[in-house]
Amino acid sequence: MFTNPTTEPVPARTKDQLRFITCGSVDDGKSTLIGRLLHDSKMIYHDQLTALERDSVKHGSTGNDIDFALLVDGLEAEREQGITIDVAYRFFTTPRRSFMVADTPGHEQYTRNMATGASHAQLAIILIDARKGVMVQTRRHSFICSLLGIRHVVLAVNKIDLVAYNKECFDRIARDYLAFAAGLSFTSIVPIPISARYGDNVVDRSAHANWYHGPCLLEHLESIDIQSGTASQAFRFPVQWVNRPNPDFRGYAGSIASGRISTGDEIVVAASGRTTRVKRIVTHDGDLVAAEAEDAVTITLEDEIDISRGDILSRPDDRPKVADQLAAYVIWMDREPLAPGRNYVLRIGSQTISGSITAIRHRIDVNTCEHLAAGTLSLNEIAFCDVVTATPAVFDPYDLNRKTGSFIVIDRYTNRTVGAGMIAFPLRRATNIARQALSVHRMERAALKNQKPCVIWFTGLSGAGKSTIANLVDQKLFAMSRHTMLLDGDNLRHGLNADLGFSETDRVENIRRVGEVAKLMADSGLIVICSFISPTRAERDRVRSLVGKEEFIEVFVDTPLEECARRDPKGLYSKVKSGKIKNFTGIDSCYEAPATPEVHLRTMEQTLEHSAEAVVDILMARSILDG
Amino acid sequence: MLPKHLRRLEAESIEIMRDVVAEFKRPVMLYSIGKDSSVMLHIAIKAFYPAKLPFPLLHVDTTWKFREMISFRDATARRLGLDLIVHVNKEGLARGINPIDSGSALHTQVMKTDALKQALDLHGFDAAFGGARRDEEKSRAKERILSFRSAGHVWDPRNQRPELWSLFNTRIRQGETMRVFAMSNWTELEVWEYIMIEKIPVVPLYFAKQRPIVRRNGATIMVDDQRLPLNRDETPEMRMIRFRTLGCYPLSGAIESDATTIEDIVAEMQTTTVSERQGRLIDTDEAASMEKKKREGYF
Repeated sequence: MFTNPTTEPVPARTKDQLRFITCGSVDDGKSTLIGRLLHDSKMIYHDQLTALERDSVKHGSTGNDIDFALLVDGLEAEREQGITIDVAYRFFTTPRRSFMVADTPGHEQYTRNMATGASHAQLAIILIDARKGVMVQTRRHSFICSLLGIRHVVLAVNKIDLVAYNKECFDRIARDYLAFAAGLSFTSIVPIPISARYGDNVVDRSAHANWYHGPCLLEHLESIDIQSGTASQAFRFPVQWVNRPNPDFRGYAGSIASGRISTGDEIVVAASGRTTRVKRIVTHDGDLVAAEAEDAVTITLEDEIDISRGDILSRPDDRPKVADQLAAYVIWMDREPLAPGRNYVLRIGSQTISGSITAIRHRIDVNTCEHLAAGTLSLNEIAFCDVVTATPAVFDPYDLNRKTGSFIVIDRYTNRTVGAGMIAFPLRRATNIARQALSVHRMERAALKNQKPCVIWFTGLSGAGKSTIANLVDQKLFAMSRHTMLLDGDNLRHGLNADLGFSETDRVENIRRVGEVAKLMADSGLIVICSFISPTRAERDRVRSLVGKEEFIEVFVDTPLEECARRDPKGLYSKVKSGKIKNFTGIDSCYEAPATPEVHLRTMEQTLEHSAEAVVDILMARSILDG
Repeated sequence: MLPKHLRRLEAESIEIMRDVVAEFKRPVMLYSIGKDSSVMLHIAIKAFYPAKLPFPLLHVDTTWKFREMISFRDATARRLGLDLIVHVNKEGLARGINPIDSGSALHTQVMKTDALKQALDLHGFDAAFGGARRDEEKSRAKERILSFRSAGHVWDPRNQRPELWSLFNTRIRQGETMRVFAMSNWTELEVWEYIMIEKIPVVPLYFAKQRPIVRRNGATIMVDDQRLPLNRDETPEMRMIRFRTLGCYPLSGAIESDATTIEDIVAEMQTTTVSERQGRLIDTDEAASMEKKKREGYF
């Protein structure tokens, strides 16, 4: 058994942490300022200083002086180009506070990195070159900070030594900036004249600018009141992970985004409208009576209700918004431009939802704050957009809650993070109507039938054998006394979808309706078997997220095109050949095979009977037939 | 009760770990036996309590770790009932790779980097927690919390995903993996303060004691076993030393210190004038060497 040797206990320091960002244009001296802060607050070690002196000779731009910028410019490529190209995080501690600094680049093409740094910051240091005054870049940086929800700004008027510590120059810059920033949402702006290179007013008071009586930079950073106030806001608890170590314990693990909660308090699950009370607030250090914003806890509830990752718990009288249409500011972060209407993955809190940006209301020129018309968004552009989600999202306006009001946009094919969003408001009136919780739950309906609901989705080329295998599965389940329903493409087109043709939009609508019907049937407890060509991944994924991925079983009936054409059970391929049918999947219209179907049936290698059995097997493996 | 800044760091790390466990199929925790691993493990236990750790631990054993590290590892695994996988690069061992004859660069590449990649592939892990911190080293300062590795464990600094708020992009394709640095925003001092307040056991080598050492290239090397060849003019002398970072013993430089208790270490940390990595011989091989190693798949 290992235990650490101890002497008498040292009293724990009570400090808090301030996270801030530095922004400025190229050559404004950002990196130098950070290097100076680290150096003067004694956070640079001897060996680092030696390396720095060595590097200053090789790469430095300050002659024989130490180039503090080299302390923070990390990657090889950056050193060579002499510019910072990514966000670097630096740390230093004083007896009063510990600090995390995001150093972000000033180049226009790197708005993306600035937004990233700002999303972690409570305060921004905006650097201005005293010789140049308020520039276009200053406005851009300030606008982005304001948009990202930073409320405290230090206006660091740098290189004050190069204007001979002139007071009028400093006053004029401060006046210009305050006039411009009146239109932004900052609550505090503190102008300080500094010289990062010589250290004036950074950590120690300047001997030259004796007309300045305000705080030094570090002094201000140590003392500014950055109470986020999140603990006094409405209670929001996004469920991250369901903790179920044994049948007797079911806890919901997460970090409280805002507000506070006590045992016995009534809570509601925003999306389902179900209410219950908090039973325990569990932590490894013992149960708590109450917890508040930023605490990572595990909550157990009085009643066993259906809650999973992505749900948000709140109080019944102060709920988040629930809507599938919303307005948001979106920053585009990818070289490939935004495609309005295209299906992306949205990550909103712990929710992962399919969605698209359907319309750009206006683009914002970050230099002038002007509103411009736009049909798309390119890298580093910002716009106010309409967003539509496949299932309702739970959120708050970003102004009220940075945790529950932000989202990222992910490309579903490249998996790159292509955008970031800040929600302004929900778009539908219907959001004022909280969802009615049904008193008989879907699982209860299904339990009555001795099964679990699910949607089995057969996809594949025309003639691949989808309907035949689906029918066999249906018969087998029926023989096992399970309650099923078979939805077939051709059959539905005679009724529900009789008004739809085969154009791109009609096909999408066709599958949307089928998805909704399948979901209603699954909600009533049925095992729903669907057989549709459904050629695009996007529309299958849409049904998957509509139904819920736990209950969606994608079956890929994989038959080569030549074989389908040879079988041609409905005579369609010969009609295509003779030109009587257009837009036929596999011929002149694309089929996107599923990348990871739950079941992959290769019909050239196994019989129809075996194929059907494989499907029933996975139902058993997933305990769907267990009731 | 933890002071506010440590409570916040702990909560942040817990949030990252829970997210990764919820989103990835087969996570693993890289356990290096050092102080950062000890803290990371402690936080993970808190994050998933009352459930047991929902992932195994993996130790990549170069066979040149301090003996005390190995006994500490095994005692910790027993005490906490951990699912611990120990992986050694058998081919490297058969080829006789070692830090003395092969040089630190080759030894690290084969027995650490290659071994890690082997183990990740062998078990099909798609996310690996590591205890690296942004304050350790310059190229780490720009590292993401979720660091994306393309197939073959390649780290491309220009192809990292932007990380805003605490919204992580966890989507990967088959063969791609994620390194997860849940303690990115901790500093060395905060790690020690946390160890002190939470009473987390660490390897005794961190505490000063009379130990046999030799001096080589300005570094103080502990003679941990018979495998360290001594030059004719070298005789191990007993010195009051301790370690700030632990690795393979011939590559870990000790510091002279009187810090025999955890409180002494915290006090020493507040006044020290050299950085943590100064004692690591593998970082000084060449300029920007950490970045090179990371591109090749080093943790």
